[in-house]
Amino acid sequence: MPRMNAARKHPVDFTLNGRTVLAEAENRMLLSDLLRHELGLTGTHVGCEHGVCGACTVQIDGKPARACLTLAQQVRGSDVRTVEALSPDPAVLSPLQAAFRRHHGLQCGFCTPGILMSLDALLRERPGAGREDIREHLSGHLCRCTGYATIVEAALAAAEEQRKEEKPNA
Amino acid sequence: MKPASFDFLCPETLEEALAVLAEGGGEARVIAGGQSLVPMLNMRLARPALLVDIMRLEVLHRIETSGDEIVVGAGVRQAELEAWPSLLRDLPLLAAAFPWLGHVQTRARGTVCGSIAHADPSAELPLSLLTLGGAVSLRSRKQKRRVKANDFFIGMMATDLAEGEMIEAVHFPKARPGSGYAFREVGRRHGDFAIVACAAVADDSGLRLGIAGVDDRPRVFPLPALNDDQFDDAINDIAWSLNARDDIHASARYRRELVRSLGRETLKEASRCRA
Ligand SMILES: Cc1cc2nc3c(=O)[nH]c(=O)nc-3n(C[C@H](O)[C@H](O)[C@H](O)COP(=O)(O)OP(=O)(O)OC[C@H]3O[C@@H](n4cnc5c(N)ncnc54)[C@H](O)[C@@H]3O)c2cc1C
Ligand code: FES
Ligand code: FES
Repeated sequence: MPRMNAARKHPVDFTLNGRTVLAEAENRMLLSDLLRHELGLTGTHVGCEHGVCGACTVQIDGKPARACLTLAQQVRGSDVRTVEALSPDPAVLSPLQAAFRRHHGLQCGFCTPGILMSLDALLRERPGAGREDIREHLSGHLCRCTGYATIVEAALAAAEEQRKEEKPNA
Repeated sequence: MKPASFDFLCPETLEEALAVLAEGGGEARVIAGGQSLVPMLNMRLARPALLVDIMRLEVLHRIETSGDEIVVGAGVRQAELEAWPSLLRDLPLLAAAFPWLGHVQTRARGTVCGSIAHADPSAELPLSLLTLGGAVSLRSRKQKRRVKANDFFIGMMATDLAEGEMIEAVHFPKARPGSGYAFREVGRRHGDFAIVACAAVADDSGLRLGIAGVDDRPRVFPLPALNDDQFDDAINDIAWSLNARDDIHASARYRRELVRSLGRETLKEASRCRA
């Protein structure tokens, strides 16, 4: 592969929310900016660009990761999912999103997309995850509004629903 | 904040990577998981002319047992080693340290070797490598060399890595039956860098206490078997021998106090695990 010049844009091909995307980005472009400014997916929020707040968390190859600490060029060939992928239909919330709404897991909502992406990955990897796992995943996020208690309750409720679905007759 | 411009290269072979690193002089830099480098680029604390992405080099993607060592290649992400099925048996100290190493979200991308190369004085992996008496394999176009952790970390984010050289793998000594290991840390938020972290090993040759977050690099101290009074004196001497400083996170005095209390707890726990 040739050296990619700093002054020009270069192709980045990857899967985004199940669709193949062929975008273009300068080497220095962050994944968070590619998603928001080039592809128009503004659900991924940007708080600190230091990796500390977690607002920009997306899933890369199924794992929650900071979009602000990932260069767009690093996701070539990867599978990226953003908060826009959680509900298949704009009028319907995913079970995790619905639980957030029921349990008042958000106030201003700035931190919410990132938190949803971390918890969605957790619930997929460990269906019915418990309080400890949920808290561990939340430790990578800063929420300035809710004090976390309702977020934990929402995640536990979603996990509980998931457990019931897995074992319908249990 | 946004990074300044740089050229980017994603080599297909290790030889190609080493060739560009050699040609680039100090201006070319390896990027692995980016979890420390990208924040530095974002804040423009680093402005390399060229980034060499090593994450697609399959040869660097390996966790292997070789004799009495576990060899972790430069392409291995922290979460992969954390999930390695033999971790608890072969590297119990790392199993205890991982939950403290950043967050699930940063471990998913950050590599084991990247953390060692970054050499933050309060980082968990450099501390663990040093306390276990491990080593680093370095590779440049011209030569391959192996450096003991003790000689590799030379100061605040400073290592023995030369221009044009990269870490190819790190070597962690495998746990031996009858040895005990413990890890403790105090930080401001779970997953943030340590104010003080302690790692301890108890084995046939005695006790070893590793300390991070106090001096400009992790430090390790061997200790003989001691009675309680002697033990208090010894750990107090250690606390004072470190070059503790005040910063926005904690005072030097608080750090010394943490060395005494965490040091005692980790050494006790390692000794207990031995029995
Ligand atoms: C919110 C947050 C919290 C964090 N908390 C912690 C923590 O508690 N403890 C901790 O230890 N770390 C922590 N970190 C830092 C980070 O996780 C590690 O330092 C990081 O994973 C380094 O590995 P990397 O693969 O991401 O390296 P990169 O960021 O890609 O590189 C880091 C440096 O190492 C060099 N480098 C990387 N690989 C090699 C190689 N093979 N050979 C030569 N040079 C190389 C790069 O050139 C660069 O200078 C945190 C980071 C964030 C964002
Ligand atoms: S914007 Fe990425 S972690 Fe804050
Ligand atoms: S709901 Fe406002 S920051 Fe979390």
